[in-house]
Amino acid sequence: MDSVEFSRYLTMLTLSVHVIYATLGVGVPIMILIAHWLGLKRNDEHYLLMAKRWARGYVITVAVGVVTGTAIALQLALLWPSFMEFAGQLIALPLFMETFAFFFEAIFLGIYLYTWDRFKNPFKHFMLLIPVLIGGAMSALFITSVNAFMNTPQGFALVDGQLTNIQPFLAMFNPAMPTKVGHVLTSAYMTTAFVLASIAAYHILKGNRHEYHRKGLALTMKVALIFSIATAVVGDFSGKFLAEYQPEKLAAAEWHFETEEEAPLVLYGVLTETNEVKYAIRIPYALSFLVHSNFTGEVIGLDQFPEEYHPPYIVHYFFDIMITIGIGLTALAFFYIVALYCNWSFIKTKLFRRLLVASGPLAMLAIQAGWWFAEMGRQPWIMRGYMTTAEGATDSPYVWVMFIAFAVLYLILVVGTGVVLSRMFKNNPVEKELEKQTDVKGGIAK
Amino acid sequence: MTVEIVGISVLWLFLFGYVIIASIDFGAGFFNAFTIVTKKNHIVNTVIQRYLSPVWEITNVFLVFFFVGMIGFFPSTAYYFGTVLLIPISISIILLALRGSYYAFGTYGTKKGHVGYTLMYGITGVLIPASLTTALIVSQGGFIHTTPSGRIELDYIGLFTSPFAWSIIVLSLVSVLFISASFLAYYSSVAKDEKALNLFQKYTWIWSFPTIVTALGIIIEMRWHNPTHYEGLLSLWWLFGLSFVCFIVSLLLLRKQLYGKSFIFVVLQFAIAFYAYGVSRYPYLLYPDVTIYDGFTNETMAYTLIVVFILGFMLLIPSLYLVFKLFIMNKPYIQKGK
Ligand code: HDD
Ligand code: HEM
Ligand code: HEM
Repeated sequence: MDSVEFSRYLTMLTLSVHVIYATLGVGVPIMILIAHWLGLKRNDEHYLLMAKRWARGYVITVAVGVVTGTAIALQLALLWPSFMEFAGQLIALPLFMETFAFFFEAIFLGIYLYTWDRFKNPFKHFMLLIPVLIGGAMSALFITSVNAFMNTPQGFALVDGQLTNIQPFLAMFNPAMPTKVGHVLTSAYMTTAFVLASIAAYHILKGNRHEYHRKGLALTMKVALIFSIATAVVGDFSGKFLAEYQPEKLAAAEWHFETEEEAPLVLYGVLTETNEVKYAIRIPYALSFLVHSNFTGEVIGLDQFPEEYHPPYIVHYFFDIMITIGIGLTALAFFYIVALYCNWSFIKTKLFRRLLVASGPLAMLAIQAGWWFAEMGRQPWIMRGYMTTAEGATDSPYVWVMFIAFAVLYLILVVGTGVVLSRMFKNNPVEKELEKQTDVKGGIAK
Repeated sequence: MTVEIVGISVLWLFLFGYVIIASIDFGAGFFNAFTIVTKKNHIVNTVIQRYLSPVWEITNVFLVFFFVGMIGFFPSTAYYFGTVLLIPISISIILLALRGSYYAFGTYGTKKGHVGYTLMYGITGVLIPASLTTALIVSQGGFIHTTPSGRIELDYIGLFTSPFAWSIIVLSLVSVLFISASFLAYYSSVAKDEKALNLFQKYTWIWSFPTIVTALGIIIEMRWHNPTHYEGLLSLWWLFGLSFVCFIVSLLLLRKQLYGKSFIFVVLQFAIAFYAYGVSRYPYLLYPDVTIYDGFTNETMAYTLIVVFILGFMLLIPSLYLVFKLFIMNKPYIQKGK
């Protein structure tokens, strides 16, 4: 194997690890904000404690998010030097602004964490969360616009190999950006809600009947429902975007080899050597509908592209995983909420609770699948139409050593996060903390 | 002033910011671990923890800022440094990652003050400056060679056998300890922690002289390593002289127990030397391959970045001021942790 392949694997590894933490980094502030707000409004100890505990866990994930993010930022130049030299002229603006957004987020998070009892007016302390939320969302926006640029580059002209007429804002606001940013943000909020719901459901499944967990589960599932619907809607727009601007990606995801009208949607299945689709579920007209919102529209197939520019066909499975999980989780949240209002008891069964516990990890899997689909679906291009992945890569022969070193590092970080977080909450159960909180209050009252 | 110079000055400012803040952080980690070994940990631990907890993340952002800005303003450095520094920078990333995450694990997790975490934090604090310094050494030129197939590569043997390279590494280490001790002495004086103050005052004295001696040594070695740059340094002798004066003043103030002012002069001493060094390198980013002119990005991007930079700064200054007010300049917090 050569350095190009190892650079790809290392990038894939770093990004896949980072995106776990980054997703939580973008999503958790909104959950803290909601819980803190409810706690203050209703004067409810439970929600306030929820905000506190989530914030405490959040610090750990932020810390690892920051270090893995720093790793990517540096690795982009280490592994893709030619790409960064070329694209640095075009995308430096959002990269630069992303750093400001992080800075902003980090500063206010630090203040929020260390000032729980320092403000006389608790709403002032609550307000500190707003810059944290905005900072996280803005950094997702900026970095995703970089990724969008790699899919649909614009805002410059290439004359005799020289970049001219560069327009940084046009490059940033490229056609892929709106759907991509929207989908990344909604899916991050959705995933975070499910992850926190999983934790609450886990405690309930283990037989803990404390009201705190019931409130936590109900709250997170409501948020999860809203954002899963939003994610699916924006996902649909992303599909329409692909059909217009990156038809080869959509065609590869759908194993849609021939351009045709009344195209069916292909789910699951396997591909034979001769590119025949077997054992798949075909939903007639659905692909046409997805792309054109009518049943007859023509969908461009892979036959319109030279073979060497076909993305790997395996992206089909990543697409399937994402969509299946997306629809499944939306249904799960929907049934839970309806049952909650109608007092149906099936949501109290062990089976349903197990599903709830699984929802968080599944949502995270959908995020990974989505990114693998989006990134591999861009192959062989690193910057679509201008530079291939192989051209962008480093030629250093030592990338494999670094791959191993980083793999070990990430293993340590991921396991460490898990151990530290679970220990942190186990040694400090909700019941004990609530007692302590009331003690303090009592002390003041006396 | 050309836009190239504005660009590099801004970046140099970030790098300087990182050098100071990170030095305090790296040194604090080292002292924390070192005092465990010498059984004086109980004296310094509280002061160090109270300072580090709210600011560690901010330190990292300075590095990323410098780095992203470098690629933004000078994209071709991405090619040279990226290709050549794969291994040294990867090592730095791994150490930074271990340091940052284990700090968080140790501080916010349940096993507060775990000895393993503390030692890790101390050791990485010494190794990271050493590995990051490689980038600076390489940029001095002389350590990159071209293979027959046209690839550029770092000359590891040359690097590790070069006294010049080693003296820069030593300088980075001793300055880290010097800057850090000076700051922590000030911080403990505000905290009214006499014992910690005495210890850090002692450390400041101990590390001040090695700092100045290695710095002088490097200027002399430059004469053999890179004569052009040596000329550049000499032509700015008065700036280095000024820096030396600040050094002396800082020690005098330390003696008079004016710790805050003493630290300010330490910062001034490094600021002047750092900028003088920067100016003396002009116009090279990577001697002799890349200058700030041929490596520069297009004008549109440069101006956009500068405008965004100013706007961003207007957002950050008030926020940083808030941090300062709440944690660093706040006597009740420093004294009681509240
Ligand atoms: C919880 C995660 C999650 C869920 C449930 C879904 N997605 Fe997704 N999807 C992502 C998480 C994600 C992502 C990780 O955020 C991606 C990767 C790149 C991107 O822009 O977003 C993505 C990419 C992505 C793309 C490619 C965009 C591009 O390359 O520009 C399409 C077409 C869809 N999604 C469509 C959908 C549809 C129709 C869904 C229906 C339910 C769906 N996604 C659910
Ligand atoms: C500055 C922006 C980015 C750059 C330069 C970049 C570059 C790359 C490159 C060169 C690859 C290897 C491609 C391949 O061979 O498959 C890759 C893969 C990948 N990237 Fe991106 N990417 C960027 C943004 C992102 C973002 C924001 C994410 C999500 C967090 C992401 C997630 C992934 C994933 C999961 C893979 C693995 C796909 C695979 O299996 O190949 N990327 N990226
Ligand atoms: C190629 C892609 C990416 C790069 C180069 C990148 C870069 C970085 C860097 C440098 C940091 C640390 C900043 C610091 O020192 O404070 C970071 C952290 C973070 N990144 Fe990424 N990132 C990428 C992908 C993403 C994506 C896709 C998201 C969100 C959807 C994201 C969200 C975050 C967040 C929220 C943090 C802060 C830590 C946290 O709050 O958890 N990043 N990233």
